[in-house]
Amino acid sequence: MTTTVERPGIAGPEGNGAHADGQHAHHEGPTGILNWLTSTDHKVIGKSYMITSLILFFIAGIMALVMRTDLADPNGSLLSFQTYNELFTMHGSLMMYLFAGPFAFGGLANFIVPLQVGAPDMAFPRLNALSYWLYLSGSILMMSGFLVAGGAASFGWVSYAPLSNATNSPGAGADLWLMALALTGFSAIFTGVNLITTIFYLRAPGMTMFRVPIFSWNMLVTGILILIAFPVLFGAVVMLFCDRHFGTHIFTVQGGGVPVLWQNLFWFFGHPEVYILALPYFGMVTDIIPVFSRKPLFGYKGMVFATMSIAALSTGVWAHHMFTTGVVLLPFFSLLSYLIAVPTGIKFFNWIGSMWGGQISFQTPMLFSIGFLFAFLMGGVTGILLASPPVDFMTHDTYFVVAHFHQVLVGTAVFAGFAGFYFWYPKMFGHMLNDTLGKLHFWTLFIAFWITYMPQYVLGLEGMPRRVAAYLPSNGWTTLNVWSTVGAWLMGASFLFFLVNIFVSYRKRIPAGDNPWDGHTLEWFTSSPPPHHNYSHLPPIRSERPTWDYNHPEHRHVHRPSRERHEREREKQAVGAGQ
Amino acid sequence: MPTSVTAVNPFTKGRPRAEAGALRASAGSETASSGDGPERRLRRLLTVSAVVAGALCLGGCSFYPTYWANKGATAQGNQIFRLYSGMMTTGIIVGGLVFLLIIYTVIRYRRRSDEMPRQFHENVPIEFIYTVLPVVIVAVLFFFTVLTENNVDATVPVDATLTSTGQPVVQIRVTAFQWGWRFDYPNLDVGVAGETTNGPGGHGPQMVVPVGEQVQITLVSDDVIHGFYVHDFNFSRYALPGVTNVFDLDVLRQGTYDGQCTQFCGLYHAEMLFSVRAVSPAAFGAWAQQEVRAGDTLRQSGSGAANNAPSYTTPYPRNP
Repeated sequence: MTTTVERPGIAGPEGNGAHADGQHAHHEGPTGILNWLTSTDHKVIGKSYMITSLILFFIAGIMALVMRTDLADPNGSLLSFQTYNELFTMHGSLMMYLFAGPFAFGGLANFIVPLQVGAPDMAFPRLNALSYWLYLSGSILMMSGFLVAGGAASFGWVSYAPLSNATNSPGAGADLWLMALALTGFSAIFTGVNLITTIFYLRAPGMTMFRVPIFSWNMLVTGILILIAFPVLFGAVVMLFCDRHFGTHIFTVQGGGVPVLWQNLFWFFGHPEVYILALPYFGMVTDIIPVFSRKPLFGYKGMVFATMSIAALSTGVWAHHMFTTGVVLLPFFSLLSYLIAVPTGIKFFNWIGSMWGGQISFQTPMLFSIGFLFAFLMGGVTGILLASPPVDFMTHDTYFVVAHFHQVLVGTAVFAGFAGFYFWYPKMFGHMLNDTLGKLHFWTLFIAFWITYMPQYVLGLEGMPRRVAAYLPSNGWTTLNVWSTVGAWLMGASFLFFLVNIFVSYRKRIPAGDNPWDGHTLEWFTSSPPPHHNYSHLPPIRSERPTWDYNHPEHRHVHRPSRERHEREREKQAVGAGQ
Repeated sequence: MPTSVTAVNPFTKGRPRAEAGALRASAGSETASSGDGPERRLRRLLTVSAVVAGALCLGGCSFYPTYWANKGATAQGNQIFRLYSGMMTTGIIVGGLVFLLIIYTVIRYRRRSDEMPRQFHENVPIEFIYTVLPVVIVAVLFFFTVLTENNVDATVPVDATLTSTGQPVVQIRVTAFQWGWRFDYPNLDVGVAGETTNGPGGHGPQMVVPVGEQVQITLVSDDVIHGFYVHDFNFSRYALPGVTNVFDLDVLRQGTYDGQCTQFCGLYHAEMLFSVRAVSPAAFGAWAQQEVRAGDTLRQSGSGAANNAPSYTTPYPRNP
C-alpha cells in the first residue's frame, strides 16, 4: 500500500523524511529568539510550554526537597514557619497550576495533537501564542511573590477563605498569586478551546472520531473539562480579589458571606482539575503501551467511553474534598467518587489487555508507562478508601492524603509525563535520547518513589497532619520522615540522569528518523521534527493506527468480531431471502 | 449554678455502653418511638446484627487487621476503624490481584522474538466482566460506607440540660482560634482556658471527658477554618467560621489522647495542639467541681481569644 493522499495546497509527493532537511522550505519566518517570540507554530509553542513548565517543575521539586529536609528534623530547624508555609503553598501551586496541567495540554498536547489528527496547526494559532504568553506572565507573576514584602502566598494551593482574605493574608504575594491564577486560567481556557476546535474540525480526511488516537481523544475531553472548570476558578478568584480589595464580603462571615462557598467553588474547579491533570497522561500511556507491545490498543471504544465517564463523574464529586466540613454529608458525593473507580478500572484492564499476548520491549518510554501503572494503582486504591466519608474523617488532612495524591500525581504527571516526553522527544527534536540514561532515570525514580511515599501513608495513619513545619519528637514520626526525605532526595537525584541525558543526547545527536519506535499513529508518518504545517502527504487513514497500517500492510487487517458477525448475519439473511 | 456536680458518677444516664458494636444501633433505636410490628422487627434485626457484628469483632479481632491504624478510643472511631480495615483488606486483595496481573503480563509477554503478535484488540465478554465486577465491589463498599457514616454522624438529641433519665448530657463547646482551643462546658459553667502550645513538649490545652458517656461536641471557629482532630478517635471535623458543627463522641477507654489542628490555619498551625483526657465519670465530676472552684468559668461573650493581643511564644528554638 503505497498510495498517499495529498494535502491540497502543499506541494510535493516526496517520500517521508525528505522534508527533514528542507523543513523550512515553505516557511519564511524569523529564526532563533525572534522565532520563539513571534511564532504561532504549534510546535514552537508546544516546546516553549514544555521547557517553561519543566523549569517550573524543577523549581517546585527543589522546594519539595527543602521542605523534606526541614521535616527530617522534628523541630524543623532549617526553615521558619513562614518560609515553610510559603514553600508548601508555592510547591503545590507550581506543580498543580503551572507544571502538571500546562506540561500536558500546553506542551505535549500542543505539539502532538495536531500531528495525531493530521492537522497543519492548531485551529487558532494566534490564540495559541497568546495562551503561552499568558501562561509565562502568570508564572512569573506567581513566582515574583517571593520578592515582595511579606513573602509569597502562604495559604496552601487551595487558598481556603477566610485564611486568604485581606485580614489573614495581607501581603502582596497573595494578590500576585490570585492574578497569576487569573492569567494562567485564561491561558488554559484558550488552549482548551484550541484543542477542542482542532480535534473537531481539523482532522485529516479519513480520520473519523473513532480513529482519533486515544491521547487526542483524552485531550478533547480534557479541553471540555477545562471549559467547565476554569471559568469557575476565575469567578472565585475575582470574588476573592473583591473581598480583599473592594470591600465585598462574599467569603467573610462578618459581612454575611459564606466561607464554605469558596470551597464549593474551588473544588468544583479543583476536582475536574485533577482529571484535567490526569486524562492527558492516561492518554500518553494509552498511546505508548500498544506501540511497545506491538499490538493494537485493547478496547479502544471502551477507553473512549471510560475517559468520557471519568470526565462526567469528575464534575459531580467536588464535595468529597469537603466531607469533614460537616456541611456536605450527602452519600451522593461518596457514591459518585466510588463510581470513578469503574472507568478507571476499565482503563487499567485495557492497558493490561494491550500488553497481553504482545511482544513487550522495555525501552525507556515503556518502562515509565509500566511505572505509571504501579504508581497509579497504589494511588487509586488509596483513593477508593478516601471516597468513603468515615475513612476520610479518619485520614483527612493527614499525610495519608498527602501520600495518596502524590502517588496519583507523580504517577501521572511524572511517570506518564516522562514516558510521553521520552516517547515523543525524537519526534520533537529529531534525535534520540540515550536509552541507558533513561533507564537509570526510571529505576532511580521508581525506587525513590516508593521510599518517599510509602512512609507517608503510615505517618498519616499515625496521625501526622499535613502542612506542619514541625512536630514533637515525642510523636515518634521522625524515623519515617527521615526515610521519606531520603527518598525525596533520591527522586531529585534521578532527574540528574534526565538532565545529563538531554545534554549528552544533544551533544552527540543520533538522528531519530521518522518512526524510531515503529509507532502506530499519524505523527510517526511525518519527518522528525515535522516540517512547517506538518504533512506534505498522508497515508490512507483506515483505522486508529494509520502509520502502522502503512508500514505493516500484512498486519493491517485488524480483527473485528463485531463487523465480521454483522457481515455473517447479512450473508445469512441474503441466503435466507434467496431461499 | 453547678449544683448537679457531685463526686459520685453524676452523669451516667444509665445506658450501658459496654459493647461498641451495639452502641450506635441502640442509640439510634432509642430515639425512635416504640413503633408497630415491622418497625420493631427491623429494630430487632438491627440490634441483633449489631450484636453479632460486635461479637465478631470481640471474638475475632483478626477480622480487622489494624494496617497501621488504631482501633479507635471512641465508639464512633472504632466503627470507622472497622470500615477502614475492611476497605483496606478489599483494597489489598483487589489491588494485589491487579498488581500480580501486571507483573505476570510484563514478564510473560516480554519480547523474545521478532514474531509478530496476534493483532487482537477486543474481547467483549472479558470487557463486560471487568466493567461489572468493579461496580459490584464499589456497591458493596458504598453500602458499608453509608451504614458507618449514618452511625458516626448520628447525634443523639440532647435536651438543653437534661436527658430522659434526668441527668445532664456532657456538652462541650469547642472553639478553635488562631492559634489555640477553648473548651466550654455550658452545663457545668466550666470553661477551660484556650492556650496555644505551652513550652517545649507542651501539648496545649486539655479537654476532659467522662468515659462511657455520650459527649456532644459543638465545634465553632473564631476566625479561620481549623481542623479538630484526635488521632485516637479516628475523627476530624472542620471548625468553620459561621457554621456550628455538632457531633457525638462516646469515649470507651480512659487515657490521654493527643489532638491537633489539621486544617492549615496560618503561621502557627503546626503548634495548635491540644489533648483529651478521658476519665471515669466520678473523676470527671470531681474535675468539674475543682474547675469551678478555680474560677475557670465560661468565656464571656465578645471576648474571643482571637480578639486578644497574641501572647504567643514559640516552643521551638527559633523565631518564625
